[in-house]
Amino acid sequence: MKSTAHAFKDNIGEALRDANLQQSLSIMKVGFVERRRGAVDRMPEFEALRDRARDIKNHALANLDFYLERFERKVLALGGHVHWAPTAEDARRIVLDLCRQANARTVAKSKSMIAEEIGLNEHLEAHGIAPIETDLGEYIIQLRQEPPSHIIAPAVHLTKDQVADTFHEHHGKLGFTRRLTERNDLVAEAREVLRRKFQEADVGITGANFLVAETGSSMLVTNEGNADLSNTLPDTHIVIASIEKVIPTLEDAAALLRVLARSATGQEWSSYTTFNTGPRRDGDPDGPRSYHVVLLDNGRSSVLGGEMQDMLRCIRCGACMNHCPVYGAIGGHAYGWVYPGPIGAVLDPQLLGLEEAGDLPNASTFCGRCESVCPVRIPLPRLMRHWREREFERRLTPPAVRKALGLWAFLAKRPRLYRVATGIANRALALFGRAQGRYDALPLAGGWTKHRDMPAPQTGGTFHAQWKARGGAVR
Amino acid sequence: MRQPQRPGAGLDVALFVTCLVDMFRPSVGFAAARLLEDAGCRVVVPEAQTCCGQPAYNSGDRADAVDIARRVIEAFEGYDHVVAPSGSCGGMIAHHYPALFADDPAMKARAEALAARTHELTTFLVDVLGVAPPAVRCEATATYHDSCSGLRELGVKAQPRKLLAGVEGLTLVEMKGAEICCGFGGTFCVKYPDISNAMLDDKLADIEATGADTLLAGDLGCLLNMAGKLQREGRPVKVRHVAEVIAGMADEPAIGEPAP
Ligand code: SF4
Repeated sequence: MKSTAHAFKDNIGEALRDANLQQSLSIMKVGFVERRRGAVDRMPEFEALRDRARDIKNHALANLDFYLERFERKVLALGGHVHWAPTAEDARRIVLDLCRQANARTVAKSKSMIAEEIGLNEHLEAHGIAPIETDLGEYIIQLRQEPPSHIIAPAVHLTKDQVADTFHEHHGKLGFTRRLTERNDLVAEAREVLRRKFQEADVGITGANFLVAETGSSMLVTNEGNADLSNTLPDTHIVIASIEKVIPTLEDAAALLRVLARSATGQEWSSYTTFNTGPRRDGDPDGPRSYHVVLLDNGRSSVLGGEMQDMLRCIRCGACMNHCPVYGAIGGHAYGWVYPGPIGAVLDPQLLGLEEAGDLPNASTFCGRCESVCPVRIPLPRLMRHWREREFERRLTPPAVRKALGLWAFLAKRPRLYRVATGIANRALALFGRAQGRYDALPLAGGWTKHRDMPAPQTGGTFHAQWKARGGAVR
Repeated sequence: MRQPQRPGAGLDVALFVTCLVDMFRPSVGFAAARLLEDAGCRVVVPEAQTCCGQPAYNSGDRADAVDIARRVIEAFEGYDHVVAPSGSCGGMIAHHYPALFADDPAMKARAEALAARTHELTTFLVDVLGVAPPAVRCEATATYHDSCSGLRELGVKAQPRKLLAGVEGLTLVEMKGAEICCGFGGTFCVKYPDISNAMLDDKLADIEATGADTLLAGDLGCLLNMAGKLQREGRPVKVRHVAEVIAGMADEPAIGEPAP
């Protein structure tokens, strides 16, 4: 996926003007939050489980090389193949080669953010291979040629009417000519269309929620069972996953699953949890004949051991974006790349560079709601602040902002001067704003007065001046 | 009638006034001082204080933030407690200062000591001093907005409500989404005014849905933000800091109202 994160400020305006998007977001904002809350309320040990989830991921990250090698050995022993992809380009090349070896014309894909990250669909299409998205949401946005706007609900930005229009436009040639309006009918029609396509697929590509070192399994959760179709029908199954997905044991996977679904959709479990452990064995009724795992690094190993390592704990549940009021105002597309919301604000600068994605970690009030729901306790605001600090060091912060901050800091370090300056500002603002009580426009405060008035100060001087005048204790 | 109790007798408390209170709403500082004095504390306002350094810290200017934090630590040493009528500035000192001195063990220890003594006003009154709800009057139907830093960094939630419950004539109606950010976020609201405005619109809808005539919160930044928008839209909701109400000082013009 091509990034437009650099155009964040323009993207915002577009998002705020998009009435369909705003309608979808207003539904999403309430739905996801309430469902998570319900699931958490039903589970008294949820907070303890979050600690456990964090600890499991921390342990895996601290011993990442060990568990990755162990995972690889297991996969090989099972008759599968493991491919190491240091960069996105390597991963694209490996997958394309595998598809070619299988003489593939169509590949069935199950939702994978990694595939988005490396731009896999475009790459396959450019080489004459048709990827078919099997997740309903992914399928819808594929038809509309849009990127996903959420990591677990890729089409959450669309209204039901928009989906109806999209199907009506694309399914006609397949014999479905009626424009449907009911949710269930839409799902049924998509299902029928997709089933036909599954049969044709030569290769199945899936992502992975976790890679289990103990057993060499890749594990995937879905609510539509589409992963099972992608990995059992075609002869070749390719799993693409980033390296930090590896965890030690099946028991760990079970613990992480318990927080994943609850945090994401408020379910106790996802409807389908699929473990893929190697290719078809003798006597197996189905399953792929050839099984490959592509392990993508793409800059992640450089984060290990540093102060940003915490971001690698992410299990892609989407809770942070569901609860983020900024995401709730502008949706996922405005962020301009694969990962939106708070985790995107942390990951995207790492993967794309600060010059490209520097706006994202700035567009947060640090309200902390993301951190308060993250199932693996990633300190998202702290990590965003880290990017702001790198930005400031590298003088990427806008000069006007730097200047204003510098002046404020200069005063803050000189209490006497500070008193004079705040005293003057207070008196001037109080005097002119006295009659109205507020300002609807103020020079140099356009960012504030664009949408709201500026309340005028109370009359009588600053607190410090008054306190002193009244003889209060000051030391 | 006010019924002073003296659970804070003998305590030296330094008031961290916050730059917005100092400049825009001194009555909040006086309300805080009155509440502390009524509880028996000796209130001092250290003269060397300015700002807690949040603008620099949140904008990535760590060097200035460290520098300012060092001065705040120096200015506020030697008191039994430091109290701020703000969860955001209180959180900055109590939650973030120690992290600023990660590489300087001596300063880190001082930062931690200060952090342990620093409180947001209502949590200090309720959790530390155990002050009972005040016997004051304020005729209002009010709703309370939970400002983010206070709520999530310092656990300010039940304390202001407990104090408000004692205010005669005041009915508290909870709004939906009381814990959702109002869109202020310090420099955020001027750097991304359109996103801030969208968040503020949601907040105003939640406030309006309660039918309350008064909006209360514990942080002046959020209050100025919400008051500014309420007034731009001509909505007749009065906006006050919670300290003014529980100190029985709600007779001042509300935030953004003309002076008499
Ligand atoms: S950062 Fe946390 S809340 Fe956000 S997607 Fe990752 S695991 Fe979920």
